[in-house]
Amino acid sequence: MSRSPHNRDERLQALLMPLLAIVTALILGGLLIIVSDLQVIAAFTRIPRQVAVPFTNPETEISLEEALWRHPNEVVIGDAVEVKGKQLRVVGDVRDATTQIGLDEARALYPELGPGVTIHFTFFQKPAVGLRAAWRAVRVAYVALFEGSIGNPRQMAQALAAWLRGDPSLLNRAFYPLSESLVTSTPYILTGLAVALGFRAGMFNIGAEGQYFVGGLTSVFVGYSLKGLPLWVHLPLTLLAGIVGGGLWGSIPGWLKAKTGGHEVINTIMMNYIAFALSDWLLNGPMMRPGGFRPISPEIEVSARLPRFFGGDIRFHAGFFLALVMALLVYWLLFKTTIGFELRTVGANPSAARYAGISLTRSMVLAMFLSGGLAGLAGANDITGLIYYMPNAFSAGYGFDSIALALLGRSHPLGVVLAALLFGTLRAGATRMQSVAQIPIDIISILQAMIIIFIAAPEIIRAIYRIKQRRAQEQPPEADIVEGVQA
Amino acid sequence: MAPILQLEGITKVFPGVIANDHIDLSLHQGEILALLGENGAGKSTLMNILYGLYAPTSGRISINGQEVVISGPQDAIRQGVGMVHQHFMLVPPLTVTENVMLGDELVHRGIFLDRRRAAARVREISEAYGLAVNPEAIIRTLPVGVQQRVEIIKVLYRSADILILDEPTAVLTPQEVLDLFVIIRRLVAGGKSVIFISHKLNEVMELADRVVVLRRGRKVGETTPAETTEEALATMMVGRSVSLSVDKSPARPQESVLEVSGLDVLDDRHQLAVKNVSFEVHQGEIVGLAGVQGNGQTELVEALTGMRPSISGTVRIDGHDVTNASPRQIIEHDVAYVPEDRQQDGLVLDFAVSDNLILNTYYRPPFARGIGLQRDVIDASARQLVQDFDVRTPGIDTAVGNLSGGNQQKVIVAREFNRPIQLLIASQPTRGLDVGSIEYIHSRIIAQRDGGAGVLLISSELDEVMQLADRILVMFRGELMADLPADEAGRDQLGLLMAGVSNAQAQPQPEEVSGS
Repeated sequence: MSRSPHNRDERLQALLMPLLAIVTALILGGLLIIVSDLQVIAAFTRIPRQVAVPFTNPETEISLEEALWRHPNEVVIGDAVEVKGKQLRVVGDVRDATTQIGLDEARALYPELGPGVTIHFTFFQKPAVGLRAAWRAVRVAYVALFEGSIGNPRQMAQALAAWLRGDPSLLNRAFYPLSESLVTSTPYILTGLAVALGFRAGMFNIGAEGQYFVGGLTSVFVGYSLKGLPLWVHLPLTLLAGIVGGGLWGSIPGWLKAKTGGHEVINTIMMNYIAFALSDWLLNGPMMRPGGFRPISPEIEVSARLPRFFGGDIRFHAGFFLALVMALLVYWLLFKTTIGFELRTVGANPSAARYAGISLTRSMVLAMFLSGGLAGLAGANDITGLIYYMPNAFSAGYGFDSIALALLGRSHPLGVVLAALLFGTLRAGATRMQSVAQIPIDIISILQAMIIIFIAAPEIIRAIYRIKQRRAQEQPPEADIVEGVQA
Repeated sequence: MAPILQLEGITKVFPGVIANDHIDLSLHQGEILALLGENGAGKSTLMNILYGLYAPTSGRISINGQEVVISGPQDAIRQGVGMVHQHFMLVPPLTVTENVMLGDELVHRGIFLDRRRAAARVREISEAYGLAVNPEAIIRTLPVGVQQRVEIIKVLYRSADILILDEPTAVLTPQEVLDLFVIIRRLVAGGKSVIFISHKLNEVMELADRVVVLRRGRKVGETTPAETTEEALATMMVGRSVSLSVDKSPARPQESVLEVSGLDVLDDRHQLAVKNVSFEVHQGEIVGLAGVQGNGQTELVEALTGMRPSISGTVRIDGHDVTNASPRQIIEHDVAYVPEDRQQDGLVLDFAVSDNLILNTYYRPPFARGIGLQRDVIDASARQLVQDFDVRTPGIDTAVGNLSGGNQQKVIVAREFNRPIQLLIASQPTRGLDVGSIEYIHSRIIAQRDGGAGVLLISSELDEVMQLADRILVMFRGELMADLPADEAGRDQLGLLMAGVSNAQAQPQPEEVSGS
């Protein structure tokens, strides 16, 4: 009778598919890192060129920096060499003879490497070199990504052990990456919830970015203009201002859709531009910091700031918990209340909703207000928790990434939170990956894009991993199932 | 003569379900074979196997005595099997010719569509079988009946000898059905063979040379119309005896519950679709609104339910003026409504059965307390309703879209009848349903009447109106042509009124034109 085994399969797949999407994206990202890594390219190709110091003729010679990348077998400035069991660094100008060694001296030590010309093997002559270089490039990149987003596990363990012994000094350094990831995730969670709530109600809110800006503007205004309030009054007011600002901004396209049929996708995009321009004008005019030249607002009062829990440069603040609470609230609203029932009904079948007596106007405006409010809260969160003033380059594109987040999280609050954590982690780790492994930060955008593609087009993942799904055409017509089950 | 098509022991097993269980079937050239069965009996599965959409789990298919494997629709067409789907596969903005040649384009000089040659073939086919289709017409502008003929041309254009028509009459008006029958007879006269899928007994009796009845994946009978009766077929199909006529006691109308006077309503193109319509519905009676589709019934019902504004006139429910009230205000006056398009307007297909059962009462106690949904109460009520209304569903959490049409309609009926109602507006309540479900829905509607509710029944099936209604209104081009007691209304008279002939009292008219 029951189809629950199928349901369990489906649920398992719902979990498995995003995981496989992420893994696949990481693998493809790795390939991308490999093919764009100069050392790897050098290991795979044969580029015999003169190393010249300093750089003179670009036709035949390359600069020292490039040489460092392309000719790892050549002794050049910056290399480490072993002399009598001691690791020494090759430099142009020796200052510290115990750790450094001059370039000429190094070349003399290693005569088998010609003075300037390096012959490289092609991949097929020495495949191991190429593979090793490839593996190293990927490993360095992903280790940097991991350590930049979560932290170095050994450091973290040591810091914890030291803390237990009563020495908390290592904690900040060890847990800084994790803190940054959570800090980056927070606006992602909120804007992702905003878009997901809109999706559920059938509204494609592409305007989270603009609502984030407006929420930032309204909250920063309340944050710096009201003075002398206690924290428990001022902070909620400031956050509320962000919600109301973003909410009203969002409800304009909602109202336009309900009353005129103007499509919310177009109108929210247009509202984005208006929001950017409005923010520009306000920060260069009425809200410009007095006595300053830059288009930034005054700092908000201390009483309007979200508390931080740790000292030093750990920016982790209460906004993260606020975001989690909002996720719970959105879940409750959508699935446990009559309001959510209305929104979801309108989203799933507006025609049936109308027949059932649900007011489409009310639902559309409400959905867009709530959606905009969440995006506005994301703006307020960044103002009150992180930067304390409004700069004109306020957003890092949260509003646009949030569309992908909602998709990745299947418009479910829990899914959105997980997706936001993933995106926040990737973003935070990308910075370190760039500095350590010289991998451009854009690789993270590519990773995110690939994850989204695989989520949006699960057939690709199914094909790669040969996951069988009872395909639509291999299912009996639904009518046949239900009746047939009883036979 | 050897059969042109022979199926032997066709079995199709889906996980947990045997959709087809050793079905044998043969079709001779020039024969109309009716495949009869309720929704879910396995007709569609069998035809999809024949059309190459599914591979049979076991069994053999022979065409012209040769065993074949049909690997897909393209292959099926190559082997001479063509299918006309219930839901048309046409591209509305393209012309008839373009639609017909789509996927099998005639070209000249390699890349240029040869529309002229294709149009000539379409015209040739159309004339050969009396289809009367203009090859240059844009699909969007054609009535449903003609669109269906385009589908038939598509199949003939690809030189199919065996035509499968999947519930072809479900979307047609009675007149279009007659036209279709004429066409089908011409097709077989021209040497084609037809498998006609249906669950409508009268059509099968009128059209078929031979009838095969499926029930729950098995072939339960094979007969000819001459050897059987509608009752016998119904029994075979449903597996128990069903009453094809409706038993009801005489109506005892009481006070008026719906009063419509001088109502004018515009349609989507801002044309007057309902013109100065006035009528009443009393408690304890069923008023049938008959008329050919598209004569303003839809707009009238939408105006009554608050879905469409009226431009003049009044609507009163139980004495309250509800002209242009919102749907919810009207629902609050204890009005139940079974919409014409159940999947579009009556249900949220992605939602669970339980959620669909509270679609218009979710905000009231006991389903809600404040803004909190009372999930326990909702689920308990859903379980009760599923049982009371015999909704065949794996569970109350199953998405309604997974249920058969009859069970979907039962969900709507369960929802609408689960509260005290004084007016029921039921629009095409049994369209596309099988005999068993129709019988059930009819009995429920009569139970509502006997419980004291006024019922307005809108149906394009004249038989349904005549069986159920106590009083019949006929609508033609937005106007009410007549308001007659049901027992005084004759079939011919109603038919003429539906065609706009108002002084049709005693003119003898021939019975239905059947093309034989």
